[in-house]
Amino acid sequence: MSTETETFNWKEWVFTTDHKRIGVLYLIGSMAAFAVAGVMALLIRIEQSTLGPTIIEDGTTYNEWLYFHGAAMILAFLIPGLTGFAANYFLPLMIGAKDVAFPRINAFSIWLFYAAIVLALVSIVIPDSPDIMWTGYPPYSITTNANTAFYVFTVHLLGFSSILGAVNFLVTVIYMRAPGMGWNQLNIFVWTTVAAFAIQLVFIPVLAAAVTMLLFDKYLGTHFFDPAEGGDVLLYQNLFWFYSHPAVYVIFLPAVGILFEVVASMAKNRVFNYKACVYGGILGIVIITGEVWVHHLYVAGMPDWLRIGQMVTTLLISVPVGLIVLSLWGTLYKASITYNVAMLYAAACFFLVLVGGLTGIPLALTVVTVHLSETSFVHAHFHFIMALFAAFAMFSGIYYWFPKMTGRSADGKLAVFSFWSNVIGVNVTFWPLFIIGVEGMPRRYWDYEMFPHFEPYHQVATAGAFLIAIGMAGTMINWIIAARSGEKVGENPWKSKSLEWTHCPSPPGPGNFPEDVVVSEDWTPYDYNK
Amino acid sequence: MKFFNTILSGLMGALLPFAAMANEAYEGDMNPADQWDRLWNTILLDITVIGVIFGVAAIWMMVKYRAKSPDDVGSLPKLTRAQTMAWIFIPCALFLADDLFLSAKGWSLWNVYRQVPEDALEIKVTSYQWYWEFDYGDGIVTEELTVPVGKPVVLRMTSEDVLHSFFIPEYRVKEDVMPGRVTYIWFQPKKAGTTVATCTEFCGTAHGNMYTDVIAVPPDDFTAWRVKAKAEAENES
Repeated sequence: MSTETETFNWKEWVFTTDHKRIGVLYLIGSMAAFAVAGVMALLIRIEQSTLGPTIIEDGTTYNEWLYFHGAAMILAFLIPGLTGFAANYFLPLMIGAKDVAFPRINAFSIWLFYAAIVLALVSIVIPDSPDIMWTGYPPYSITTNANTAFYVFTVHLLGFSSILGAVNFLVTVIYMRAPGMGWNQLNIFVWTTVAAFAIQLVFIPVLAAAVTMLLFDKYLGTHFFDPAEGGDVLLYQNLFWFYSHPAVYVIFLPAVGILFEVVASMAKNRVFNYKACVYGGILGIVIITGEVWVHHLYVAGMPDWLRIGQMVTTLLISVPVGLIVLSLWGTLYKASITYNVAMLYAAACFFLVLVGGLTGIPLALTVVTVHLSETSFVHAHFHFIMALFAAFAMFSGIYYWFPKMTGRSADGKLAVFSFWSNVIGVNVTFWPLFIIGVEGMPRRYWDYEMFPHFEPYHQVATAGAFLIAIGMAGTMINWIIAARSGEKVGENPWKSKSLEWTHCPSPPGPGNFPEDVVVSEDWTPYDYNK
Repeated sequence: MKFFNTILSGLMGALLPFAAMANEAYEGDMNPADQWDRLWNTILLDITVIGVIFGVAAIWMMVKYRAKSPDDVGSLPKLTRAQTMAWIFIPCALFLADDLFLSAKGWSLWNVYRQVPEDALEIKVTSYQWYWEFDYGDGIVTEELTVPVGKPVVLRMTSEDVLHSFFIPEYRVKEDVMPGRVTYIWFQPKKAGTTVATCTEFCGTAHGNMYTDVIAVPPDDFTAWRVKAKAEAENES
């Protein structure tokens, strides 16, 4: 990071191989995607605030917003924000490494990521921009006039970027831990990142294959998904969700990891039942994650026996998730909690994960989805667990690590005000959608003339969206101001025991650590109460 | 390993009664939609109880364990081996028990949903961008669905273009409709009246406008409607 005395040199950023700068570039890119996709969300909510056309005349524009909102939030904000920014910047610091194993490959990853961001942004302004939802189901994605190719190539670029990142970080954790650091001494965030990248490495190629077949069907005349020529439309859905359900854990796991770092540091406590959390919870999810995708196809016409089999495997996910939740809750027990903005976001996450997780239980039951699938109940459920929980955890992490990245604190009145605007906003927005979802309100509807009595609920949700918009804008402004003129705090303002706080300056210089890090046998990053 | 085997077999034994509890739920001749509502209430109770327990625990700890001074540290004790095992196996057993309990209930009702009564009235449904066609098999083809009250109705559905999904919120049924395959749902209207069927798989520009009426009429009126509709169909052709 540059300080006031240094002059800004753009080449040092574009051609950087420093994991910390690459992390910051991921943060900027993913926040840009988040801002644009957030504006789309606001437009979506405004359109739904009245019956009939509100700001547009037909569904196509609305569908383009939905496509961009979904694709950008998941593929360009959540995954790169968590595995790109947070892992890049902090994972090497946490294990006492000077950089990642392959810094140049890391630089190539960020270039691919920016190419994808540019392609995604260009897809908004081209004529016939994609209107195929982030899922891109055929036959519609093939028969539509829209440019499905933009979707396919964006997924390809992000996929390449993630695969390279996965190899890089797995090698880094395996080979570059500080001397003396055993597997049971790793930060939970390191474990969750390893798990997320392992999932990425196994499952991304399947998604890449699926969207490539889409490309071939649409532009090269193949018939993978065309039943009239012997293809099958369900093939795509199976391939797509074989990646995209595990992708939920690629988002969930690093978010949980950040939460553990923040909670343990602010509660000054060891992680409750560490081994159960790591080997039962985190690795348990990695093992089960490949056997649950059919719950996205419960009403898609799969064979009945398969739908029942995957109902059981889907419910089984509650066991590893339960172990993680117990460790998280247990870390508060007999703690000594200091509240600041990072901890406020972390505290909110406890409730977001409860609401999001528990509303997933009915959706695991095949017969319940016969009524609830593709309604706004599902929409609210996955926003709580994936969008809100993960974004709040990421924000918690940004406030927590802000002093490490800049040497300054981002806490202050604007930060606290934005937090409350966000936390009230998300509840006002998504609880009405749970209610009308159970009553039958479908997702992805630009208009709902068949359900006029839902209009007040949509209006409340729209009001909530404005609260979130205020909160998010406040948060971003606050970070920009704080990075330039926030209060200077020392190297370790939270008195954390994790290596990134105890062994390197804020911000860390080239090579990260002034002296080589060696850890003792009984050291752990959560050493508060020996 | 013997230690683990003993624990595992003990766990499985403890879980069986939970699964057995679920079996008594669906006796009697209830409409599938009513049974769905009953299952939904059970699940809602289940997740609310779990949510309240965890939520209250979190708030209690967040308030009680605030730092007294900035230099305080927490005092979570290290778990002994026995405590570690207990904190793994007891919660896992409870989670598994709840999973199996809900699975068993879900499975029972699923069987009801997928076994079509033999006396069901069969109607063919074809979906297009952006409307449905209902074929009663005797020359009657409509764009609204008329069904008799009190009689099971099975829809055999396929699509002529892209994916759609046929959803009647009132009857708690939904299944995707796609080209190249035939899917089905069945339901049994309880009372006369008009409700809505709507598309729940994204199908393009007018996805949000793709809906139609489902009109349930008394059996006698249905017979009369059918005679009249057939006569109209023959007149047209």
